[in-house]
Amino acid sequence: MKLNAIKEQLGLRLLTADTGLEDDVSGAYASDLLSDVIANSKEGHLWITLQIHQNIAAVAKLKDHAGIIIVNNREPEEETLRKANDEGVTVLQTSDSAFVISGKLYRLLHPEG
Amino acid sequence: MLRNYRADLHIHTCLSPCTDLDMSPQAIARQAKHREIDILGICDHNSAENVPALMQAADQYSIRVLPGMEVTSQEEVHILALFDNLEPALALQEIVYSHLPGENDEEAFGMQVVVNAGGEVLHFNPKLLIGASTLSIEEVVTHIKALDGLAIASHIDREGFSLIGQLGFVPDHLEIDALEISPRTTLEDAEERFQPRLPLTCASDAHYLDDIGTGYTTFYIEDRTTREIRKALRGEDGRRISH
Repeated sequence: MKLNAIKEQLGLRLLTADTGLEDDVSGAYASDLLSDVIANSKEGHLWITLQIHQNIAAVAKLKDHAGIIIVNNREPEEETLRKANDEGVTVLQTSDSAFVISGKLYRLLHPEG
Repeated sequence: MLRNYRADLHIHTCLSPCTDLDMSPQAIARQAKHREIDILGICDHNSAENVPALMQAADQYSIRVLPGMEVTSQEEVHILALFDNLEPALALQEIVYSHLPGENDEEAFGMQVVVNAGGEVLHFNPKLLIGASTLSIEEVVTHIKALDGLAIASHIDREGFSLIGQLGFVPDHLEIDALEISPRTTLEDAEERFQPRLPLTCASDAHYLDDIGTGYTTFYIEDRTTREIRKALRGEDGRRISH
């Protein structure tokens, strides 16, 4: 599924440039421990987190994620968005909690149940 | 004159809710003497209120207490702040307190006992010291540096509440003085695993009396000040560290 379709259907707010919206999303990973994300997330994943530190841009780049969803309407630091734009990482924001957005995204990515 | 001083720069007291209530100033100082510690860093979670009692209790053993605290950033990273005097530690405490939401629940987290040098209870700290401040890690380090303190990332070999566990790697721009490893990791293992660009220190992170001095760093320095420790960490003017 394309990132743009997910963004539209889940009402996610785009915080960075729109250059990566045509990327394919292969799955998702929810975690706030960046060491765990480095170890266990996969290429093409949408990463769900409440961390807003600039290191999230580097981790998403390193793991070749399709993008990051920041939950609970948390506002990333300015530097985080600057780095994300520099690295071509798409950052999206939702008012949902990690649990709720994970459920919605799971249903979207696995319509068969 | 330069000489070796053994330092355990990360000790909690009975003020930290997760700490054994036996961690009174006298008992800590006595155990530190027994373990041949010359410099103690007193670093309770988000508070320095037991530092004065420790300074007084350690004085009779000629142990130097560096006033400090272990600040929790909003990313849930633990950072040690260490100073030469009480004043900057209390200044940092004031900043942290104004960014520390919540109240302690003694049943859930434990008691937060402020004591005098004799171990008598002065009062119970009501703040949620075990919680995270709303300061970013950069803000925490900036405040420590502005107060001329040492900033050390706590127990980077642990998954929880560590700079590397929470944030994956050490941000390039972060002006910290050292990275701390716990006694469970050897220096060789840490160097191979983290390939650090910053010096490594070892400390006990003692929560129980028996932990004190189980991790330490030896500083070859002139006197027991943060300025000398910083020089040793940088390998300047003949100062150095060993483990």
